[in-house]
Amino acid sequence: MDTKVIVEESQELQNITKEESVGPWKMVWLRFKKKKIALTGVIILIILVLSAVFAPFLTPYSPDEMNFSNVNAAPSRQNWMGTDNLGRDYFTRLLYGGRVSLMVGVISAFISVTLGSTIGGIAGFFGGRVDNILMRFAEIVMSFPFLPLAITISAVVGANVAPETKMYIVMMIIGCLSWPGLSRIVRGQILSLKEQEFVLAAKALGIPNYKIILKHLIPNTIGYIIVSAALSMANAIMAESGLSFLGLGVVPPTPTWGNMVQHARNLHVLRTRPWLWIPPGVAILLAVMSINLLGDGLRDAIDPKSNN
Amino acid sequence: MTTPLLEVKNLKKYFPIHKGFLRRHVGDVKAVENVSFILKAGETLGLVGESGCGKSTTGRTLLRLVEATAGEVKYNGIDVLNAKANDLRKLRREMQIIFQDPYSSLNPRITIGEAVGEALREHNLYKGAALKERIQEVIEICGLADYHVNRYPHEFSGGQRQRIGIARALALDPSFIVADEPVSALDVSIQAQIINLMMDLQEQLGLSYLFISHDLSVVKHISDRVGVMYLGDIVELANKNDLYDTPLHPYTKALLSAIPVPDPKMKRNIIILKGDIPSPSNPPSGCKFHTRCPIAQDICKEEAPEFKEYAKQHFAACHLIDK
Repeated sequence: MDTKVIVEESQELQNITKEESVGPWKMVWLRFKKKKIALTGVIILIILVLSAVFAPFLTPYSPDEMNFSNVNAAPSRQNWMGTDNLGRDYFTRLLYGGRVSLMVGVISAFISVTLGSTIGGIAGFFGGRVDNILMRFAEIVMSFPFLPLAITISAVVGANVAPETKMYIVMMIIGCLSWPGLSRIVRGQILSLKEQEFVLAAKALGIPNYKIILKHLIPNTIGYIIVSAALSMANAIMAESGLSFLGLGVVPPTPTWGNMVQHARNLHVLRTRPWLWIPPGVAILLAVMSINLLGDGLRDAIDPKSNN
Repeated sequence: MTTPLLEVKNLKKYFPIHKGFLRRHVGDVKAVENVSFILKAGETLGLVGESGCGKSTTGRTLLRLVEATAGEVKYNGIDVLNAKANDLRKLRREMQIIFQDPYSSLNPRITIGEAVGEALREHNLYKGAALKERIQEVIEICGLADYHVNRYPHEFSGGQRQRIGIARALALDPSFIVADEPVSALDVSIQAQIINLMMDLQEQLGLSYLFISHDLSVVKHISDRVGVMYLGDIVELANKNDLYDTPLHPYTKALLSAIPVPDPKMKRNIIILKGDIPSPSNPPSGCKFHTRCPIAQDICKEEAPEFKEYAKQHFAACHLIDK
């Protein structure tokens, strides 16, 4: 009831002034809108996501449906991208593979962003010894080369598990290895923000600590977190593809773009059946590129200094 | 004599210095050492001094934004430095602060109405339409328009932002305000507006100010009494006319002689102090000012001078005043 009154009154106020007030998020959108390349990235990404989500409506086949009378077929009207050595429709597998690849990207990015911003936030806010311990830990994680470590963990943890479980293990591995970069950024942000006078002012007004964190600190770092989430999603898709290509990520029969590119490891396939490795390769390229474009566009749009 | 609104006794604030991997405690930055003063209701006490002499730290320690190392602060008889969370919460409504930098003192992500209303909501003072009304009232007495409530800080100029900062401090209807260099970051013409606003508000609302500044002319304009700080100590404290007309401490004399005069023909005897302000982590022995004092004697190096009343309500700390 009270909020309704306030809303009505604030609308009245806006009518008085005519001039519209521009909030920070609206400004981000206005700046983002001007970037054609970033918008292109968003459109490509939306198409990829929609085609993965609505895969069952776009193809009559199921991804695991084998047809031994029609193996290794070239692209035709029935099978747009041909079939693989088990007679599975390749276009269908590409769509369903997108589901897995994008999901791995989203969930690993989510894990990495959650870990990174929580650890960075705690380190920055409490400082001192806590900060020292957490940041040294982050540096340790950071100083291992990603691929050898990921391969080792994957080989040890994911040796005898079902393909489904393997997918989640891959998400965990990627998420848990890629948070240190973000944690450093968030820590730096919180460190500088907590010295800002508006935080002191809130303290002087008697606002409790948790509200200061939620209302004054986090909203001021959220821009960086969003950008970093987008970029780490692209990295996660790349990492998943790399691991799956090497046979240590998501394993068949679950299709992903990464393990579909595996066909290129066979020299005969590489030369004679390009439809088996070009489409998933292009899909990875498009996904990673569009997410990176989106991330870059967001970064420029969120940074108030890049006003052009 | 009536009890003063604010009584500060021997306030100390040391910031510890930690070094090395194990963060060993190797020393202290003595930002504030032995600051004592009283503030009467409705009065303005100016606090001047060089950068780094502990003016701002004094102000922040009074509000417990920085925890004091030692000393006693009494607000209306209530012990501020040892107040429990609940009592401190009540004190927050009485004591507020205005900051120097109008840019970093406002959260860029919340509207002006939200910034001013946040504390009112936190302390459950107003609700619904009354809250809205109170926010507008405060904003208007600070010289802003009612439609500004839905705007964000980046839509305002420096002077307007400083008005918002004042409005935020006034929302809770406090009676004591620490003004931490409120005009140092503003243009001279805007400075005058803000100073006049603060003086009007003082008259209307009966406020008391602790006005921290390094600008002696501004302090002279707004204050009733003025304290001069050097390296964490108050070296001289007097009514403003006494202080500006008959300064006792050599440091005050040097400061006053450095005030620019808008007349190129006037001859002035500027006392130029040698060297820099010493490090507060390793202050000089005896009188801290002896390293730069033009009239320093042997006794100054050995003994710290007492802070004594030399004329009526005119305090100073120097061995050589009587001589």
